[in-house]
Amino acid sequence: MNAAFLVFFVVGTIAVASSILVVAMRNPVHSALFLLLTFLCVAILFVVKDAEFVAAVQVLVYAGGIMVLFLFVVMLINVRHLPDDRTLSRFWKGGVGVGLAIFLLLATVVRTGTYHDQNPNKKLLRSTASHRVRKVTNPDGSVTRKRVVRHRTVGNSEAVGMALYQDYLVPFEVASLFLLVAMIGAIVIGKRELSAPEEETSPDFILKRMETEKDVKEAMSA
Amino acid sequence: MTQSYFPILIMLILAVVIGATILGLNWVLGRHQRNPSKLSPYESGVPPLDENRKRINVRFYQIAMLFILFDIEAAFLYPWAVIYRDAAQGPSGMFLFGEMAVFIGLLAVGYVYVWKKKAFDWH
Amino acid sequence: MTWNDVVFLLPEIIISIGASLLLLAPVVGWRQRETSAKWSMLILLGITALTVIGCSYWVQEIPQSRSLAGMFALDGFAIFFKLIFITAIAMITLLSDDFLRESRYSVWEYYSLLGFALCGMMFMVSGMSLISIYIGLELMSLSSYILAGFFKNEEKSTEAAMKYFVLGAVSSGILLYGISLIYGVCGSLNLLDIGRALSTIITNDALMFGVMLLGAGLCFKMAAVPFHVWTPDVYEGAPTPITAFLSTASKAAAFSIFARIFYLALHDFQLDWSNVLATISALSMVLGNLAAITQDNVKRMLAYSSIAHAGYALLGIISLNSLGLRGVLIYSLVYVFANLGIWATVLMLRRHEYGGERVDDFEGLSRRAPFWAFAMVIFLLSLGGIPPTAGFIGKYFLFAAAIQAGFGWLAILAVLMSAVSMFYYLRLVVAMYLREGREADVAITRPLQIVAATCLIITLLLGIYPTPLINQATESSRWIGARAAIIPHAGR
Repeated sequence: MNAAFLVFFVVGTIAVASSILVVAMRNPVHSALFLLLTFLCVAILFVVKDAEFVAAVQVLVYAGGIMVLFLFVVMLINVRHLPDDRTLSRFWKGGVGVGLAIFLLLATVVRTGTYHDQNPNKKLLRSTASHRVRKVTNPDGSVTRKRVVRHRTVGNSEAVGMALYQDYLVPFEVASLFLLVAMIGAIVIGKRELSAPEEETSPDFILKRMETEKDVKEAMSA
Repeated sequence: MTQSYFPILIMLILAVVIGATILGLNWVLGRHQRNPSKLSPYESGVPPLDENRKRINVRFYQIAMLFILFDIEAAFLYPWAVIYRDAAQGPSGMFLFGEMAVFIGLLAVGYVYVWKKKAFDWH
Repeated sequence: MTWNDVVFLLPEIIISIGASLLLLAPVVGWRQRETSAKWSMLILLGITALTVIGCSYWVQEIPQSRSLAGMFALDGFAIFFKLIFITAIAMITLLSDDFLRESRYSVWEYYSLLGFALCGMMFMVSGMSLISIYIGLELMSLSSYILAGFFKNEEKSTEAAMKYFVLGAVSSGILLYGISLIYGVCGSLNLLDIGRALSTIITNDALMFGVMLLGAGLCFKMAAVPFHVWTPDVYEGAPTPITAFLSTASKAAAFSIFARIFYLALHDFQLDWSNVLATISALSMVLGNLAAITQDNVKRMLAYSSIAHAGYALLGIISLNSLGLRGVLIYSLVYVFANLGIWATVLMLRRHEYGGERVDDFEGLSRRAPFWAFAMVIFLLSLGGIPPTAGFIGKYFLFAAAIQAGFGWLAILAVLMSAVSMFYYLRLVVAMYLREGREADVAITRPLQIVAATCLIITLLLGIYPTPLINQATESSRWIGARAAIIPHAGR
């Protein structure tokens, strides 16, 4: 048993345990913190798999950004008191059944499937092909320019960069459009209309908001 | 390569051990008093007037959402910055520059939109 | 990948720049009346359409499979669908006009989102790599989620957007997982490379599972039966022009990528997925049509009808032959225009907020607006596949393809279910012609007239004289057809 396997075993166990706790915790803030732990464990697993860039993104975006959003949602909904009796959803048996079935299916499929590359070449994650133009002096004295392809062993971020900005250029630019649309969505759906201040002080609005709060609370406690 | 992360692993383990030790020692050595004043958030402070968890303004949420979007855009810049210095001398230098300019351009469109929509204004 | 390849992307580049400008126009001070938003959008769509047509003359000269590092193909198939999408979005712009005028939401953002959705659709229909198809699909879906919830003070609209978003996000995850398994087995995301890799693989559990997940994700997007539950609620709750968008352009986009992936990449794997998809197709047709009978809300009825139509379109994919591929092209066009015509008529009935949504609202339409009632009948007949409307041609190709591929039972079922579908389409006809209507006014505005009239002309003309459409479909499907037939296999 080597060190990488040991790390995988320990971190993987923590990841699975904490993700179970995410759904099992009664206090939403605790759930969020366990989610954070899960994200961090997954980041470590990425490092073990030599995908350092993804690990960094995992920490930056998920543990950094998305968790903040989760905590804001928890505070926005603001469940003060949860009922004491623990009730399971009526469909819990079905849910567990489907979950187990999918797990078994995945376990079988992932194990018995034959993959393109049985022993993934770790060097591939870290190598880039760079094209250089080099001046070559021929034996007769003339100088010709020659294109040389060099395979270099580089850092994982560099390999990701080469793939992302050369081969996967089109999806990358569409991804920026995607982010732009997400921004529009955040404004269109999230922002109140410009006449909101008047709305906010009107008794109707306040009554409606109280009702909504009550509904949300009921929904959370159900 | 993964071996170079070994010190970080040791640091993580140390952090867990130290944290656990301090809390554990506290629990073992300290006296357990459970009375209302001990359990209040500030033992000798002003008693809280209100519950600590208030419904926060939806604007926080919107700011957080925009933060994540710009965060992701920034994450895309790292690998580009890493390869750009070498590639700038090669034939694909201008091309790399161009594609990142398009990316930043679209980001700027979003930024201007969000700014002009006064999403960054608090009032 | 060089600067030269950028020419392939010209239509997409134009539409994304245009959509960005539409977004920025009002916020940087160019706050004009809302009609100028509509006209800007229409001009933008016109320019894009011209660029697509211009690009189509390049098709013969470019190495189609390898443009943009094998990410993007500008073949006849893509151009055919791109033109359908652009036309459909132009019609939806016209449909939205009055709808938006009455609301106090920003029109510019609405059109900008429609533009980005169109951009996503154009990217995905040209995608030669699973990843570019996926990201185009996501761009389209994200825009649709926002558009479905655009009227955020309407409870129904928000509810629809929420349901659509949550379920859509899950289905995207499933799709992505399928893609990752396929990548693991084949070692490539390029459709042609996958096709090549699969010709050497006999049986593989991981691949099988990956294809199933991919199919499930795509079936969600086109609302085929086990993955259809979102459809009625979302169609009912979304603003009617957006419902029109979801049930036409967005759906045709799903048909197109389904066909492209399965014809180009998975043709050698047909034995493994065709029976599963045949079951899904059968279920969609049966459940969609039977559930539509009981609906009193026209939007829900059309939602169930669109589920059934997903089942018909699947026939063309399962059969995996030349007829089927052409059938998908023809059917998409016919379906989009018949449906847009119906939505235009529904919008004519819209009185205050939810008028035109119930079957009762159609009562006596033949007296109030005889011509448009007649147009509605033609559109309904086209959806039902009755000659001499264009719907007949589409269904003819699909059913013939299924019979040719040995799925005779499915074709018989499809014919039976088409007959069932006439039952609820005729309910609307009966309401329009045989019932006394309550004295309610109709709002027949110029944009709605233009859309309905155009759809009527297309539906009738192509029904009576379908040769140009069939020739065009043959021409457009040539490249994919040739690629799919390169390697002969047992399934055909």
